[in-house]
Amino acid sequence: MTSSTFRIDGELTIYRAAELAAALKAALAAVADGGALQVDLSEVTEVDCAGVQLLLAARRSAVESGRSLCLASRSAAVDEVFSLLQLSGHFGDAVAAAH
Amino acid sequence: MANEINLDQVLQTFIVEARELLEDMEAALLRVADEADPRESINAIFRAAHTIKGSSGLFGLDAIVAFTHVAESVLDRVRDGAVTLDESLVALMLASGDYIGRMVDTVERAQVQGDPHADPEGVALLARLQAYLGARDPFAADAPASPVQAPGGPARWHLSLRFGPDVLRNGMDPLSFIRYLATLGEIEHVVTLPDAVPALEALDPEGCCLGFEIAFVTAVDKATIENVFEFVIDDCSLRIVPPGSQVARYIDLIQSLPEGPSRLGEILVRCGSVTEHELEAALRLQAESAPERRIGAILAEQGTVAPQVVEAALVRQRQPKEARGTESQSVRVDADKLDRLINLVGELIIATAGAGLVAKRTRNLELMERNSTLADLVEQVRDSALQLRMVKIGATFNRFKRVVHDVARELGKDIELAVSGEDTELDKTVVEKIGDPLMHLVRNAIDHGIDSPERRAARGKPATGTVSLNAFHDSGSIVIQVGDDGGGLDRDRILAKGLERGLVEPGRAMSDAEVYALIFEPGFSTAEQITNLSGRGVGMDVVRRNIEALRGNVAIASEPGRGTTVTVRLPLTLAIINGFQVGVGKSVFVVPMDMVDECIEFSGETRQDYTDLRGQVLPFIRLRDLFDVPGRPAARQNIVVVKHAGQKFGLVVDALMGEAQTVIKPLSRMFAQVRGISGSSILGSGDVALILDVPLLLQGAQEARGSAVLEAGAVPAAQ
Repeated sequence: MTSSTFRIDGELTIYRAAELAAALKAALAAVADGGALQVDLSEVTEVDCAGVQLLLAARRSAVESGRSLCLASRSAAVDEVFSLLQLSGHFGDAVAAAH
Repeated sequence: MANEINLDQVLQTFIVEARELLEDMEAALLRVADEADPRESINAIFRAAHTIKGSSGLFGLDAIVAFTHVAESVLDRVRDGAVTLDESLVALMLASGDYIGRMVDTVERAQVQGDPHADPEGVALLARLQAYLGARDPFAADAPASPVQAPGGPARWHLSLRFGPDVLRNGMDPLSFIRYLATLGEIEHVVTLPDAVPALEALDPEGCCLGFEIAFVTAVDKATIENVFEFVIDDCSLRIVPPGSQVARYIDLIQSLPEGPSRLGEILVRCGSVTEHELEAALRLQAESAPERRIGAILAEQGTVAPQVVEAALVRQRQPKEARGTESQSVRVDADKLDRLINLVGELIIATAGAGLVAKRTRNLELMERNSTLADLVEQVRDSALQLRMVKIGATFNRFKRVVHDVARELGKDIELAVSGEDTELDKTVVEKIGDPLMHLVRNAIDHGIDSPERRAARGKPATGTVSLNAFHDSGSIVIQVGDDGGGLDRDRILAKGLERGLVEPGRAMSDAEVYALIFEPGFSTAEQITNLSGRGVGMDVVRRNIEALRGNVAIASEPGRGTTVTVRLPLTLAIINGFQVGVGKSVFVVPMDMVDECIEFSGETRQDYTDLRGQVLPFIRLRDLFDVPGRPAARQNIVVVKHAGQKFGLVVDALMGEAQTVIKPLSRMFAQVRGISGSSILGSGDVALILDVPLLLQGAQEARGSAVLEAGAVPAAQ
């Protein structure tokens, strides 16, 4: 099983949603079947709903294509949003579902 | 970012709008007490507060949001009928409006926002506002018989949110609404619904497809929760299940949402809004019941809940649009640009007059004709340019409603302000400068004019005193009257005071108007008590000076026991007038055209200072004598009959030179002491003409008239 890392720096918001969606798609495509993509959010400075949605969509893509997606590490900004929206479970599940 | 906007400019718009909204709010607050059906006004007040809060939020002006939110909550209670908008609440709301206004000022000065919780004034206001929120049962409207929560305490609501695809593109972030919601209570549970989020391949990264189920514990009411989402209400579906609702409500909720029943049921259980057992029981019960009844239940749900939501959303949508509709009909222009235009028009008029003069000299008929067409057009341009600066006086008058309200309360008098002629227009520069003198006159009317309620009752007057503001146009001037129905001026006391101050020679016979005019003398006050409003003996002389600086004048009329009226007369504009040119010797004088009544021939034989105008005595002034113009009078002189403030008098001149547009240039300070001249103007030939100060000349003529009347009085007796 292979694993690769995709790092997102700076804003994870509507302003970069289109760009990041394409990049994530490419990153997922590069992961072999059954492999996992680690998304590193340690350098994310700002997250909005578009960002959250993007991560959820990426997870769904990963699961549907038989890969997995997990969040390697999260910055404080990401943590704040995740705890506000109580999202941690979603990505924990994703890891579990993939295995 | 593709659509970068200039934030400063937008912020400026916010500031201007916020001030307008505060003005609207104030106006509505002041009229609400007099209305039979105040609902419309209450709504207007609420809307103003709400919009200010909303737009402040967009700019991250948290201090304004925090404060306005509390005021808005109180207003919401008023709207619901839970709190009555009585006099003390109106006063509190006015003070709150002022406070918000000051916070907006701080934003404009680009200062750091003070937290209202840290500012003593803000704290005091918040505490007073909270008092209206504290004494209530927040769930009275939604769940009167709810057994679950203690009345008044926080309770558990369930919110079901589905955001529309355009929310993000419209610049809204659902996160910020949830963050804001968290400030109103405690978000016990959020379930973010990824169900509608597709895989990356199908995702529109800028479209929103998230939904949230929220268990929310709060003490605020349903409307307040709804208001959190007001800015996205068109783009989102929001379902609120009040605390203590039967499980059936949740079942309805489940049916109305796109996710499957089992999935939602699971979510609700996860939110802790229903227990698994309750849900199972309810679902089983429903499955057993007849299908028609279920449809009926759904219809009932749609029939009761949906229309309200839809209507509320529609009303909200409609209101801002209507407001914008009227707004778009006017354009905001920088006052400087307008002043520049008017200056240029002034130069254009002088240039046209010069060209016209040359054309006349060349005796080229065609050129003269073209020139006259041009002059006509320039005149129209002048009128339209001046019209741009014309504003209705109503806005100025309305400001005094607040003054009257506050001052009357302070003095314990019951006073209402009657306003008429609000549509009368005058030059913006005049409006700006007349505010302070008018303020003084209004305060004076409240303080000195209107008696205490006891005294009024003793005189058989209604307990409520009336201060009136009136405006109208009269021969090129605007007349503003400030009246009261109070005790009137005490002629004897003013005269005594005048004697005491050495303003009047003892034994001199004075008309009422002359006596009353004494109150405009420096250092004159007859108030027995000095209040903090007026009566310190400063003011009325300043009022007169300010008004005279605007080339206006002020007169006072009073009837003992009935009231006093102060009449302020101002020129419509300060820049350009239609003038009537007259010649005396080699000098040219200009009389404002609006004051010229007629011209008559003057025989010049009489040595008296009056003549007979169709059986009326007409006093006159010989300009040649007044200004010491050298040379002998022409063989045929003329009298220009001028009218001002309802009185006529004549000006004896050598030649009538006709009408011409006159651009007023102020006299230099050197000539400030010259009496009878209000300004100068440059003629087409380049010569300087002096503009006559008709009101001042009138005073001189009146003295002449006094003697004229005495002599003329003997004439009919001799017949």
